[in-house]
Amino acid sequence: MNFSVVQSQFFPLLINGLALGFIYVLISVGYTMVYGVLRLINFANSEIFMLGTFATVIVTRNVFHFTINSPTSHGVKLVFVLLCCLLASMAVSSIAAVLVEIIAYRRLRAKGANRLGSLISAIGTSIVLSESVRLMTQSLPVSDPRVLAKFNLITIHGVGLRVDQFLVIVFGAACFVAVDRFVTKTRIGKAIRAVSMSEENSKLMGINLNRVISITFLVGGLVTGAAAFMYETVYETTVFNVGFNMGIAAFTAAVLGGIGNLRGAFYGGIALGLAEEFFSAILGTQWKAITVFTVLVLVLLVRPNGLFGEAVQQSRV
Amino acid sequence: MINLRDKGAEIWEGWNKPTRTAFAAVAIFLAFLIPFTGKFTLTSFLNTPLVSFQAILVYPVGMYVLMALGLNIVVGKSGLLDLGYVAFFAIGAYTAAILGTKTSLNIWEILPIGMGFAMLAGVLLGLPTLRLRGDYLAIVTMGFGEIVRIAVLNTPSDGGPNGIPGVPNPPSVLGQSFDLLNPAHFFWIVLVMILLVIWMIRRLSVRRPGRAWEAIRQDEDVALLMGVPILRYKIWSFSIGAAVGGAAGVIFASQQMFVAPQTFTFNVSVLILSCVVFGGMGNIWGVILGATILAYIPERIRQIANARQLLFGLALIIMMNLRPEGLLPRKKREHLSAEERANLKATRAALKASKKLNSGKASK
Repeated sequence: MNFSVVQSQFFPLLINGLALGFIYVLISVGYTMVYGVLRLINFANSEIFMLGTFATVIVTRNVFHFTINSPTSHGVKLVFVLLCCLLASMAVSSIAAVLVEIIAYRRLRAKGANRLGSLISAIGTSIVLSESVRLMTQSLPVSDPRVLAKFNLITIHGVGLRVDQFLVIVFGAACFVAVDRFVTKTRIGKAIRAVSMSEENSKLMGINLNRVISITFLVGGLVTGAAAFMYETVYETTVFNVGFNMGIAAFTAAVLGGIGNLRGAFYGGIALGLAEEFFSAILGTQWKAITVFTVLVLVLLVRPNGLFGEAVQQSRV
Repeated sequence: MINLRDKGAEIWEGWNKPTRTAFAAVAIFLAFLIPFTGKFTLTSFLNTPLVSFQAILVYPVGMYVLMALGLNIVVGKSGLLDLGYVAFFAIGAYTAAILGTKTSLNIWEILPIGMGFAMLAGVLLGLPTLRLRGDYLAIVTMGFGEIVRIAVLNTPSDGGPNGIPGVPNPPSVLGQSFDLLNPAHFFWIVLVMILLVIWMIRRLSVRRPGRAWEAIRQDEDVALLMGVPILRYKIWSFSIGAAVGGAAGVIFASQQMFVAPQTFTFNVSVLILSCVVFGGMGNIWGVILGATILAYIPERIRQIANARQLLFGLALIIMMNLRPEGLLPRKKREHLSAEERANLKATRAALKASKKLNSGKASK
């Protein structure tokens, strides 16, 4: 127990927590959207995230030939490289997500199988993806060469806001707003919300169920890919099982906010990111996971549908 | 598709009591002989590379079957999704390790204590969480599984990441000693435990708890309206499942003579759940078959050690796509009277005939 660290390190912890929180927000959007339409935990989402991180690394290493020793870039080239990484990561993740839907869910849904059957086939897909990457990388972690020089953007009272963290927070917020707009304002977003309210009735209303579900996975994959890119910008390393812990945390965040509720995922992700940073500063990093889950259990005891509830039809995905 | 489960049940119900007893006795006797199948030339293809066949039979095969049966009570019978089943296994194993190395109790005396601790953990976890709906329960149990592992990992008094070595073997029974050289004897213990669990589940299924679980699984709200005390029976299901996991943990610790936190990861919970769903949720024989296959095959193909997890994942996807209800699905209808069965048979025959007629028309 070390409470003094909270006083002395409050702002750095806050910034770290926010940056982590925004990454969680974007991953948990992937979980919460799929849960909204299918009422299923998408177990393969963590591997979709993992594929996104590898796409980022491959683009920086093999397309732009950055190495560990090469200098960071700036100006137009920096923007171009980062944009390419982001697009590659989003493309790989969204394609993977759509393929996961087709392979693991579609056939089972057509057969009217029980929910656990789909869960197991999703777990199988997740194992296949992570094991293939493990075999290809020989279980070794892969480091991502630094493209963006990590200087402090502004320094107030000796507390710096690093440029990568700033980028993550701004970009994460932008992404979330975009998804939120997409779901609440567009026609397809309306269809997604309709399916999440009632599958049967939306079918009767002439909604193409398979298409809506595919689009949901696609959007979830795009957002998860963006999260993978942001993760690489901040942490600069990846490994075949990187998705496991991030996935569990993001899913916890989604549940914390009320799974199936898009805005709940936002608050849940931020809360979890902050809680992780502060708790690990106070108790030591090894107890991080325990405190997170304890918070989750306590929240669920008081509010069994998550902090913001999942029954809010309007804000639901 | 042929439902092997229904077919088997039909044959079984057609037998009279002596035939059933004889069949069960022969089956149990054959099960006890399994450790020797690796020695005969005819069945020697069963032998596993690297680790001896008899050791494989204890862990993972026997242990997985035992744990899958325990988890089947929770997931299959009462429909509660538990993603942290490994926690109870870990509690049993650590109880055996700590009591076995620090006190003079032997493993047979520790076994009920380990089961008790696991049950207690089940009740403590169940009381607050079983009020939650399915998916929240899944995440909380998953969290509980990780909490137990991390707590053990970070507590120096139980060895932390180094684990606890020197867990004693059980004292000998009927002149049979239990040590690393005799894995077959351990298999027999596990087999006896499996048989006891099967017997327990079969008895419970036809009595009040089994009926309550079935009602809860099918529709919680209706069960509540019908006056089933939901929370109480959910906690019973949870703690009985936990006790089986705890028992498996105690035997596991004393057979391996060593426990360490890295054995009790989330992957084990997922694997056990896969065994249950793969084999056929809610059906004892399906679960046993599923657990045997999923535990045995990766060991058998150890030559391609690196890719075996990959193949495991592929097998899960393909299997679930082909047979979403598992290898041997649960019985669709429970407790039909003789008259109802005859009616059902007649209806099926009529249906078949009409189908034939229709297809004949179509071809013309």
